[in-house]
Amino acid sequence: MFYREAGDFKTTYAKDNQTFPIAFDRYRYYFVLFMAIGIVPFVINDYWANAILLPFLIYAIAAIGLNILTGYCGQVSLGTGGFMAVGAYTSYKLMTAFPGLDMVTITLLSGFMTAIVGVMFGLPSLRIKGFYLAVATLAAQFFLVWLFNKVPWFYNYSASGQINAPERTMFGMAVTGPNAESWVKYLFCLAFVFVLAWIARNLTRGSIGRQWMAIRDMDIAAEIIGVNPLKAKLTAFAVSSFYVGISGALLFTVYLGAVEVGEAYGITKSFLVLFMIIIGGLGSIFGAFAGAAFMVLLPVLLRNILTDGMGWDTALATHFEFVIVGAMIMIFLIVEPHGLARLWALAKEKLRLWPFPH
Amino acid sequence: MNEMSPDGYTTEDGRKIGGVVMEMRNITLRFGGVVAIKDISFDIREGEIRAIIGPNGAGKSSMLNVISGFYHPQEGEVWYRGARRPAMKPFQVARQGIARTFQNIALFDGMTVLDNIMTGRLNHMSASFIDQALWWGKAQREEVKNRRVAEEVIDFLEIQNIRKTPVGRLPYGLKKRVELARALVAEPSILLLDEPMAGMNVEEKEDMSRFILDVNDEFGTTIALIEHDMGVVMDLSDRVVVMDYGKKIGDGTPDEVRNNPDVIDAYLGVAHD
Repeated sequence: MFYREAGDFKTTYAKDNQTFPIAFDRYRYYFVLFMAIGIVPFVINDYWANAILLPFLIYAIAAIGLNILTGYCGQVSLGTGGFMAVGAYTSYKLMTAFPGLDMVTITLLSGFMTAIVGVMFGLPSLRIKGFYLAVATLAAQFFLVWLFNKVPWFYNYSASGQINAPERTMFGMAVTGPNAESWVKYLFCLAFVFVLAWIARNLTRGSIGRQWMAIRDMDIAAEIIGVNPLKAKLTAFAVSSFYVGISGALLFTVYLGAVEVGEAYGITKSFLVLFMIIIGGLGSIFGAFAGAAFMVLLPVLLRNILTDGMGWDTALATHFEFVIVGAMIMIFLIVEPHGLARLWALAKEKLRLWPFPH
Repeated sequence: MNEMSPDGYTTEDGRKIGGVVMEMRNITLRFGGVVAIKDISFDIREGEIRAIIGPNGAGKSSMLNVISGFYHPQEGEVWYRGARRPAMKPFQVARQGIARTFQNIALFDGMTVLDNIMTGRLNHMSASFIDQALWWGKAQREEVKNRRVAEEVIDFLEIQNIRKTPVGRLPYGLKKRVELARALVAEPSILLLDEPMAGMNVEEKEDMSRFILDVNDEFGTTIALIEHDMGVVMDLSDRVVVMDYGKKIGDGTPDEVRNNPDVIDAYLGVAHD
């Protein structure tokens, strides 16, 4: 009954254009924000941070990034893992070369570096589309992982070939390294997620976003009304890679701490993020969050149910988990190809008219 | 054909037509061995409704594609506003003030009607990337300002009630209208319409004809259109180019064209030898 547009008249175009046009949605958004900033940091513990919240936040950034490229601009990419690795290795090199640099600057610079690399690998998109572009980005994935394995300069000639994040502090508190408190890491990632999601929303609702979507829906018509395809596609690659790079950097510095590139940033990571946006919903910022939550939570949930609830052997449960997640992805694609975001939108549409069916 | 002064002429219903805005000079377009357009010249004058007609495969759409920069003719020149136009990409042509619609609707199906129309305002928006990212200053002002223009076109074409509907859900006739809106909102100086009435019923055709005349009348937009419905073409247009097999076989007012023996042959079918 309270979920209504009726009586909530928009008197300016700016108001009509806001992100949450329905009052209830706005309050819900402020509530989530309040919970995330005001409550969660005080009750967070290591298990929640490491199993759920940190991966959710970090993958949400990557999912928003890939969603900008694939969901909004229609350019399929399988190079996400490789681009995350670029972010991670840039941040590692910066952290070790400039110990005085603060983590925000390092993370942003990692994003910019990844954006440059992303634009380079995005150049083929001007000529090829669809599956062929996917294969080209797949080449980026394998090339980048190979590069970081092969050239010792990237991992500072360490014997193991791994990279380890040294301890860095912000406002006197450790953000990275083994001594970092989970609430600090959480807030650090949350700040990035909040700002980046807000920027993504701004970009996608304005002129640039419409150019991306025009290219996605019909590139010929887009060109005829004045979209420069080169500029639109390359900005999408740049912005997307920027997000993915930041996500890769955070995954390494804040979450994992030590990384072996083939393991952490392999092709499976590319697919994981791609599944997130497909399940969450292509072309939707909310979808990126929903997909990230789904893919992070589902394995944890299954593990808890199977081992704790049903008393299965851990190894068996782990393998069974893959089967169930895979099956759910397939079911999901068949039943709702537009993802959780569409389900959410449908529910809201129904709710608007509730209790009347039409 | 009445004598054309360089400054223009006055139509029968008293509309003033200006000088030449666009001129095609000896255009020849080949695809491999196929000659789609053979040595065609004609001009489009400021403020007129210019029709291109001809049987199927005559090269009409190819001609429109030459004008909008999709095809680059092997021979001949395109003159626009008194200067020869170099080979341009379609988006550069759009920035010169030439908008068009397509024979098969080319809307952005995943976007709402409003977003489709706002995309048409692209060339009037110049907020920087940073402004847009932060939704700050110019980006916000521009969005509101252009929304106002978009709303005017929405009012004009009477599609207020569907402005937030995704285009994919609309019926055919409305899609055509939204496509016209998207082209119109760019405030083009020349509007190219590729079969704006194809596949419409009589009522929709009447609506569309009225919109075309109103656009020409109210905004003074120059219109070049391709259409198969002879009744519509003869009623709407000031001058008509007739093409057949890539060649120009007639050019003039509807009356002149109607009485041109070559045109009658082409339409009624005389063996080509």
